[in-house]
Amino acid sequence: MELFLQQVFNGVMLGSTYAIVALGLTMVYGILHVPNFAHGSMYMLGAYVCFFLITIFGFAYWPAVAVSAIVLALGGIVLEFLVYKPLRNAPGVNPFIAALGALIILENAVVVLWGPEGHRIPNPYPGIIDVIGITMSQQRLLVIAVAFTMIFLLQLFIKKTTMGSTIEAVAQNKEGATLVGINVNRVSAMTFAISTGLAAIAACMVAPIFMISPSMGALVGLKAFVIVILGGMGSIPGAIVGGIILGLIEAIGGGYFSAAYKDVFGFGALVLILAIKPTGLFGKEIKGR
Amino acid sequence: MMKWLKANWFYLVVLVIALVVPFLITNRYYSQVITMSCLFAIGALSLNLILGYTGQASLAHGGFFAIGAYGVAILTYTLGWNFWLALPAAALLSAFIGFLVGMPALRTRGSYFAITTLCLGEIIYLVAGNWMELTGGHNGIVGIPVPSPIIIPGVGKLTFETQIMQYYLVLFFLLVTLFVMNRLVKSLKGLTFMSIRNNEDLAEAVGINTFRTKLLSFVVANFFAALAGGLYASLIGSISPSVASIALTFNFLMYALLGGIATLAGPILGAFVMPILLEYMQFLQDYQMILFGALLIVVIIYFPRGFMGLFTTLRDKLKKIKVGA
Repeated sequence: MELFLQQVFNGVMLGSTYAIVALGLTMVYGILHVPNFAHGSMYMLGAYVCFFLITIFGFAYWPAVAVSAIVLALGGIVLEFLVYKPLRNAPGVNPFIAALGALIILENAVVVLWGPEGHRIPNPYPGIIDVIGITMSQQRLLVIAVAFTMIFLLQLFIKKTTMGSTIEAVAQNKEGATLVGINVNRVSAMTFAISTGLAAIAACMVAPIFMISPSMGALVGLKAFVIVILGGMGSIPGAIVGGIILGLIEAIGGGYFSAAYKDVFGFGALVLILAIKPTGLFGKEIKGR
Repeated sequence: MMKWLKANWFYLVVLVIALVVPFLITNRYYSQVITMSCLFAIGALSLNLILGYTGQASLAHGGFFAIGAYGVAILTYTLGWNFWLALPAAALLSAFIGFLVGMPALRTRGSYFAITTLCLGEIIYLVAGNWMELTGGHNGIVGIPVPSPIIIPGVGKLTFETQIMQYYLVLFFLLVTLFVMNRLVKSLKGLTFMSIRNNEDLAEAVGINTFRTKLLSFVVANFFAALAGGLYASLIGSISPSVASIALTFNFLMYALLGGIATLAGPILGAFVMPILLEYMQFLQDYQMILFGALLIVVIIYFPRGFMGLFTTLRDKLKKIKVGA
């Protein structure tokens, strides 16, 4: 039972970071229909920015996280402008290839600049709490808390502010949104900024727990894609639930069966769910695309 | 006969060049690069069938290449089969696995299908890396024999020890693949593939069984992907899980797209031009891949139909000039 609860805790921790990475991805997909495959690379860059701010510029942990999020938000705007904007009316697979190009550039740039080896951000909260036999490191608890705070703030932003509701408006109907005077270009840039900023925060939160390396983004990016599909493209609750589900499947599958195959369980579950419901858990009927 | 020659002289010239190439290029390294380009052209052509003609972005292509590679490696090295039995067996196995996973995967559409197959490819990669008893884990399989000799009555024995013979072997399979693809996409079946690409709902409405058609395209594509994989294993002599990696799928994707999607010549062109381009960018060392990524973005933004698109645009312009004069 203790093992089970421990795995559930780890699963929720993993899942909540997956959820915020996937959240950014699903927003971008819902609005721009861009499969931003370079999302994982932005996540990786976020961790690196945080690392250098702490080790070279002597930032404290929280300011480093904040600055990293801002830097990556700006990076997201640049990415959208340079790569995706020219491809806005291109057929389905082309933006995907362009995203691949962006991923190759970013990953290799980091390798060239800072080497392929891993680094570790000093853990700001090394303490451990023991609850009914489950050990919880403070940093891990913090990851969960921050993830849910971010989700809550994002919902508040989208539902309660005018700026936030323009995102929803563009997602529902681009032409309609343009007609009532919404600047679609600005909304696209803003969505990208939020998306990559969120990814940077997620990366900064888990960086003290896991190593950071140039290849850390690729698998997380792939998993975020899995979650977005699992939850249904463009669905925010889908991304959150999907993230937690994937985290739990990995932690429990890895803990009870085989750690080497833990990713197989996650990806296998996706294939199975899509076989039963081809549009994802929360997905609506899709046409054509 | 003359008419046929007039229409096809260009292809004949290309074929003759392909046949004499090993005598022109004697550098061992370059001839190896050319042999590999032929091999990857088979993979790119088969991806082109499902992606370019049928419009389904299968990102498990590297995985099926690996099934062919591991299939041949295990059958010839571990079980001691004859290569000429192992190769079709591995390709059929891949086609069969494609059939099994295609049943659920092809129920999804568009990006959903792309991600589902991406996951399938990742699963194949993970299994290849972790099933120690069968695949040798991350060390892979080393010492796979070269293709067994063929005895042709009256001519003698064909062995595949030399680089030239290996080139002709791969070229033969490339031509077979090209022939099958050509017949397939120009047949009625090929038209139904393209109708699904253009509008799946409409295709269904006019009475095409879209699911069965997509499945056929997927199975055929995976058969040829595995064929390329099997040849690769036997010619290189050792394989590791990296043959199932996503990087390989992306390479195929790049060859097909940059060469020109939904054309027969495009993927082959891509498979030859891209490695050569990378070779020329070798002096950039660490910056090579960065530039390569940038190139990819530029090409997809400005020349979305690849080299073939550029080629046809130029030809049309030339024709216009001729007509005008």
